[in-house]
Amino acid sequence: MERIPILRMGSVLLVTIQVDMQDQTAMALQEDLAEKIAKTGADGVLIDISALEIVDSFVGRMLASISGIARILSATTVVVGMQPAVAITLVELGLSLEGVRTALNVERGVRLLERSRRELDFGR
Amino acid sequence: MTTQRDTQAFLSTLDVASDQLIGPWLDEAGAKDAAARRSMEIEAKEIAGALRSALDGGADPASFQGPAWASFRQVLEALSRSRAARGQTAGDTSLFILALKKPVFDSLQNELASDTPALMGAIWAATTLIDRIAQHTVSTFQQAREDIIRRQQEELLELSTPVIKLWDGVLAVPMIGVLDSNRTQIVMETLLQQIADSESELAIIDITGVPTVDTLVAQHLLKTVSAIRLMGADCIISGIRPQIAQTIVHLGIDLQGITTKATLADALSLALQKTGWRVQRAE
Repeated sequence: MERIPILRMGSVLLVTIQVDMQDQTAMALQEDLAEKIAKTGADGVLIDISALEIVDSFVGRMLASISGIARILSATTVVVGMQPAVAITLVELGLSLEGVRTALNVERGVRLLERSRRELDFGR
Repeated sequence: MTTQRDTQAFLSTLDVASDQLIGPWLDEAGAKDAAARRSMEIEAKEIAGALRSALDGGADPASFQGPAWASFRQVLEALSRSRAARGQTAGDTSLFILALKKPVFDSLQNELASDTPALMGAIWAATTLIDRIAQHTVSTFQQAREDIIRRQQEELLELSTPVIKLWDGVLAVPMIGVLDSNRTQIVMETLLQQIADSESELAIIDITGVPTVDTLVAQHLLKTVSAIRLMGADCIISGIRPQIAQTIVHLGIDLQGITTKATLADALSLALQKTGWRVQRAE
């Protein structure tokens, strides 16, 4: 089974999904990511899905649950580069991913993470 | 029943009378002026010629859709289309074809006056064939019209959904006309594609030109906004007229968390503010 690599850039974990997501791959990613966040103490997770052209409800829910898990582990998740067709599919499936932050590309995603980190620091 | 003999009689009429046929045909068709008569004469000669060569080729009048009639049908279709392009109605074209009956009947009468059964058979053969020809021109005309209507519908759909770049990173879609699921789908697709291509972070949907907003339209708008957010951009809905605002509240539609503005100008100034621009009047 393929595993999706998780790259670490400072305090941000970067996940680039390049293959069509199978249910098993998605489950494995969720587990790997949870462990990695806990181990590295990352405060941001960037999931780049710009190469993803097909989604189903399972992958949609997976994105939402990753974001939920990361939040509990005090990391912010940003999903970046969603294709129009994928966005339409998710909306038609009734999954509007409430609580998941989104950005147009990786660069904007990083900026969004920085901003949310500043806000957190300010709150402390 | 059309027999070979009837066809032969009909064919011989066309053969001998081809030139004598055209004159009475045009008289019957009733050309308004000399120019119209000239263009009709060209058409009539073409049709008579094509009809004769089809019958010469052994085409069976009973099966008009058969392959032997293919080239003749093409002539008819060309005639029907060119007449449609000149603004003539399907009725005019089919009347023109039906006007052929009288001269054909007359010449059949002259030829077969002594043989009544043969005359009846030939007239029946001629009338069925001419009816079929006329009917074919009408259906071709209708087909051409329907093609035009379908093409215009598609063009209208595309026309009605322009995506405009208002500012760096700010797109706008002025929606005009009744929003149905088909149109919203196209608007959504073009807008999302534009957002992806231009990496704009804000989209303004202006519904000034939308006459009514009901629960269905509101649902379409909500879907579009959700999809835009999923892609990582944000959306402002502008152009909500006072009556529409009242309708929305009366219907109990929840525009949960969607930024709405009364005019496109307000939406643009909010968009500029959100993207970090400040517009100042030069002193």
